[in-house]
Amino acid sequence: MRLSEVSAGYGARDVLRDVTLSLSPGSVVALLGENGAGKTTLLKVLAGLLQARTGSVTLGGRPLEAVPRREAARRIGYLPQGFEPLFPMRALDAVLLGRMPRRARFAAPGPLDVAAARRALEELDAAQHAEADLREMSGGERQRVLLARVLAGEPEAMLLDEPTASLDPRHRLVVLTALRRRAAAGATVLLSTHELEFAAGADRAVLLAGGRVLAEGAVKETLTAPLLSELFGVAARVFPLPDGTPLISLGRPVE
Amino acid sequence: MTGQSRSPAAASAVLLAALAVALLLSLLSGSVPLAAGDVLHALAGQGDPSVVTIVRDLRLPRALLAALVGGALALSGAALQALLQNPLADPFLLGVSGGAACGTLVGSLLGLGAAGLFGRAALPLAAFLGALAAVLLVGVGASVRGRLDRGRLLLSGVVVNALASAVLLFLLSWGDGARTQGFVFWMLGSLAGATGEAVLTLAVYAALGLAALLPLAPAFDALSLGEETAFTLGVPVETVKRNAYLAASLLAAAAVSVSGIIGFVGLLVPHGVRLVVRSHRALLLLSFAGGAVLLVLADTAARSLFAPAEVSVGAVTALLGAPAFLLLMRRRA
Repeated sequence: MRLSEVSAGYGARDVLRDVTLSLSPGSVVALLGENGAGKTTLLKVLAGLLQARTGSVTLGGRPLEAVPRREAARRIGYLPQGFEPLFPMRALDAVLLGRMPRRARFAAPGPLDVAAARRALEELDAAQHAEADLREMSGGERQRVLLARVLAGEPEAMLLDEPTASLDPRHRLVVLTALRRRAAAGATVLLSTHELEFAAGADRAVLLAGGRVLAEGAVKETLTAPLLSELFGVAARVFPLPDGTPLISLGRPVE
Repeated sequence: MTGQSRSPAAASAVLLAALAVALLLSLLSGSVPLAAGDVLHALAGQGDPSVVTIVRDLRLPRALLAALVGGALALSGAALQALLQNPLADPFLLGVSGGAACGTLVGSLLGLGAAGLFGRAALPLAAFLGALAAVLLVGVGASVRGRLDRGRLLLSGVVVNALASAVLLFLLSWGDGARTQGFVFWMLGSLAGATGEAVLTLAVYAALGLAALLPLAPAFDALSLGEETAFTLGVPVETVKRNAYLAASLLAAAAVSVSGIIGFVGLLVPHGVRLVVRSHRALLLLSFAGGAVLLVLADTAARSLFAPAEVSVGAVTALLGAPAFLLLMRRRA
């Protein structure tokens, strides 16, 4: 997927300004930035939920709006931020909805669909919640079930808005492992997050400030003290771990 | 809800059996109590001619009409709740019923509904136009920057309902006394005007509504994960919402045109059904059946409680529905 010179926003206000970005298959990309920097807007433009005001969005070289909706639904998975269900819904049924673009319009889920859904739940350590009602789960449990919905669809591109927002440290790692596995199998994963240690486990990072790309590249080159200080306005120190992963410590706000 | 058995097949069997019992009960009860054997004979056209008349010409059309009205209202409510993602959506609360009542009254004043089958079929259309006007008004009131704001929707519905009541009262004060009284009784919700023609007409509209809504069931399933998720799953969200709103309005309007404003069926029945089913396909079908059972029983009560006098069936559904709804809300909390 590729964005070139995209500006987009709500009403008269542009949230994204002149963003150019290429997402290549096989990597987990962390999207970092302050509140209101345009992370969600960027994900929505890529998902086709929001039209770019200027510039172009392409999927496999074709303009996104020219790709039939069902094909786009098969190829792009999207996880919105913090969803609260209003009606009772079994977790497994929610995950099965991820298979919707992959089956005939009125067909009931088949054995392949159920297998993919159960596999996705297992990958995220949520198989034990398969029969539970979404409304009766903790926020973190529900978050993993909803992410399993995206994994079950086996999309080429996954656009995940704060997929680890309410997860404990162990489950954050479970999620990272599952996403890396999907990336290794050829998927593109773009996820927004505020957790720097989680971002440090990604392959690449996009730093978004005021709707513009401040930096984009390998984690080691983008999660650096000067860039993080500039991005978040806090003193940042970065220590490379033996395997090269940056260990990040944030200090007091920069005056 | 975990650990509870949820078999749509079992629930359907129970509801169909309940519908058969309710219909039979409705044929037995009334100002002239009848025995089951006499009723079955009369249905076949045998036995005392006056009993045959009571059963075949009076009670049967009325029982069938009650079933169809209840089914249409509950189906309409289930669809509105799904498309608006609001558990409190219902044709009555959203002003659809009020608009339909205005449309029906205007249609009647213009002379529709009197002349034969064509007039019969035209009255629901007049009601539908009234319902659409109400839907548009509610939409205008609830739109914020071109998007429907769910919080404002019910508020807007309440206002449009008040407007519809006012328009109805104005229209009523036009007519002569005897006619007005009939209209008022109809408006409060009554199946007293049941005829074979009305049953046929409503059956056609109910079938149309079901045929339009059932194919949308998978889209409704996806919508329960939110509109954005549904869109990214390939659901044409705006088209689905528009078609569902039209179908739900048509169902409610057709029901109102024959039976006036009957509240709570559209709100309550889908809630009850949701306790036992998961998919929207089952929800739509079982809501129809559940609404039918509820209204047949409510109308039987309305006819028999103070026989030979009649209570408005709308009063019976409200009397049953309000406490039941409060109970459901408490269970959910």
